[in-house]
Amino acid sequence: YVSTYADFTPQATFDIKKCDLHKLEEGPPLQAVLTREEGLQYYRTMQTIRRMELKADQLYKQKIIRGFCHLYDGQEACAVGIETGINLSDHLITAYRAHGYTLTRGGTVREIMAELTGRRGGIAKGKGGSMHMYTKHFYGGNGIVGAQVPLGAGVALACKYLGNNEICVCLYGDGAANQGQIFETYNMASLWKLPCIFICENNKYGMGTSVERAAASTDYYKRGDFIPGLRLDGMDVLCVREATKFAAEHCRSGKGPILMELQTYRYHGHSMSDPGVSYRTREEIQEVRSKSDPISMLKDRMLSNNMASVEELKEIDVEVRKEIEDAAQFATTDPEPPLDDLCNHIFYNDPPMEVRGTNPWTKLKSVS
Amino acid sequence: MAATRLFLRASPVKCSLTGLTGGVHSSLGLTLLKLSPACTAKPQAQRRHAAHFTYHPEPAPSQYGPTQKMNLFQSVTSALDNTLAGDPTAVIFGEDVAFGGVFRCTVGLRDKYGKDRVFNTPLCEQGIVGFGIGAAAAGATAIAEIQFADYIYPAFDQIVNEAAKYRYRSGNMFDCGKLTIRSPWGCVGHGSIYHSQCPEAFFTHCPGIKIVVPRGPVQAKGLLLSCIADQNPCIFFEPKILYRAAVEQVPTEAYQIPLSQAEVLQEGSDLTLVAWGTQVHVLKEVAAMAQEKLGVSCELIDLRTILPWDTETVCKSVVKTGRLLISHEAPVTGGFAAEISSTVQVRVRWEIKAFYFFYVTDFKL
Repeated sequence: YVSTYADFTPQATFDIKKCDLHKLEEGPPLQAVLTREEGLQYYRTMQTIRRMELKADQLYKQKIIRGFCHLYDGQEACAVGIETGINLSDHLITAYRAHGYTLTRGGTVREIMAELTGRRGGIAKGKGGSMHMYTKHFYGGNGIVGAQVPLGAGVALACKYLGNNEICVCLYGDGAANQGQIFETYNMASLWKLPCIFICENNKYGMGTSVERAAASTDYYKRGDFIPGLRLDGMDVLCVREATKFAAEHCRSGKGPILMELQTYRYHGHSMSDPGVSYRTREEIQEVRSKSDPISMLKDRMLSNNMASVEELKEIDVEVRKEIEDAAQFATTDPEPPLDDLCNHIFYNDPPMEVRGTNPWTKLKSVS
Repeated sequence: MAATRLFLRASPVKCSLTGLTGGVHSSLGLTLLKLSPACTAKPQAQRRHAAHFTYHPEPAPSQYGPTQKMNLFQSVTSALDNTLAGDPTAVIFGEDVAFGGVFRCTVGLRDKYGKDRVFNTPLCEQGIVGFGIGAAAAGATAIAEIQFADYIYPAFDQIVNEAAKYRYRSGNMFDCGKLTIRSPWGCVGHGSIYHSQCPEAFFTHCPGIKIVVPRGPVQAKGLLLSCIADQNPCIFFEPKILYRAAVEQVPTEAYQIPLSQAEVLQEGSDLTLVAWGTQVHVLKEVAAMAQEKLGVSCELIDLRTILPWDTETVCKSVVKTGRLLISHEAPVTGGFAAEISSTVQVRVRWEIKAFYFFYVTDFKL
């Protein structure tokens, strides 16, 4: 099949939904320009995240992935949209639903899957697992709810201090939005005008608790009070991109922090031990899948504007599937980290120190 | 995995206070090592040891009335049910307790007693405990749940600075004695760093609170009811690996097991073993193995209340046997075994003719 690329529309302008604004005069633009290359790239990345998460689901059920696993499918537009609104040299930190961000921040599918299966080829050398994945300028991957937000403000302080024009994107969920340390962080970030974008990924449920039952105010974009806020459709990658660009510009110009609420949805339950249907109906999940799926939305936009062909997108699907299969194969066959690695990186120590093993006649070495 | 400290009285090695390593020149140690097939001195040959023990149910107590087969989480539900029935001021709150809790400890209670007595809180541990202190101070029997002991740290300030010191600093005018905090505790096999912790040692450094860890369903219900009745703020840690694994005949009526009383589970003459929670069952097996393979008669003590702990029972036992081994899941350094061993050493010191330390430790991941 030879595609004549000259037949396709090189770029198109799309109307995107207006954002709700809090303490802002103007919001992001109401139109977004999407080029063919960008569209294909967003499609590929979102599809990669989707298939990777579904593969992780499969591997978990086969007990090849153990422990905890929090899947991101349904929320792909958030990760991809945010990444396209910032630079790779900017910083990002999120909580435990981190597989998507690990990919967009420079991780490879192979490394991510090997980390899920706890092998030495994993992005954290097999010692972190699902919740603890990191790349350069991506600070994880954090298990304790809300704890990552003050960390993000600290990173933003470093950016401001070093004067490198970088910003920090600090993500948290609707459940974490009720943690005290979030509000402490809002205060510090605003007081010191830190270049920090706080993003609340509101997927309507904090584990099994719906937002109405957890929060006195579900207007999470207003919870920053003195921090300007935006609420937008987190299922539309273009909306997320434009809002992130707007927010990044706000921070880089020295105006201080800004808050974004992305209204999104997760198809899976909170984690693999949650079926996800005891607190919401299958009809609700089905409705979101059919009406607001981020990948379908992008696909429809591109096809209806002749920016790509069905075959081309199918080709991408096939390539993505193959990539995921290869990664899963690697993740299943790669050996576990060697026992020598067990105690490394507890402290920073030079020379290496000794650590007790499982019995007093076993000494393990800790090198860091 | 456990951390263990071992005291030996009158060891053949004269009065050498070797610090950290016993080394293979300990004859007892070598013997133990050879007997254990899974243990090898070579790290390369080491295989992963997952927490393994068999739970043996204890005989049904006869003095508390009719009993029913329950596992640990059901015995907790039963205790809470008794409390809500008998005390109109009792309230239960925490994350996800309304539908029954992530470990099903509060199943059915909301339907039975109403949504104003069993209710969810948002995701805010510091807020939960602070709120609990206030409710208790105002006269409600407040039972707060912290979803995992690993998440208790945001509430640490409230527990240590507010709850523990309220009675003292107000000259007994106020207190939050009606507060009980319950939390799943301990390793479970797949919990890793944030779903396996045993933080009791952090809290033992604080006078004014009580800390209790049960070893099974009968103990759990009795001790929990004692904590709730106790006029001091209590933290009740429930070993999560036992929630389903431990099944016993548990009395359906309310009953209490006294706090600050350790229990001697089996008598012995050669060595005192001390543990709490899940580790008690591991040491039961250790005691049986020691008897069978080494002819060593072990006295096993379940500490039950960690703070304030029963020094009398433990010291009396050490005077009898002359040797003490304490085993717990938490890290060795600063773990509660350190406190027990130093207290015993001070109290029983004149009985010990020579002492020799070595640590039998398992690496806690």
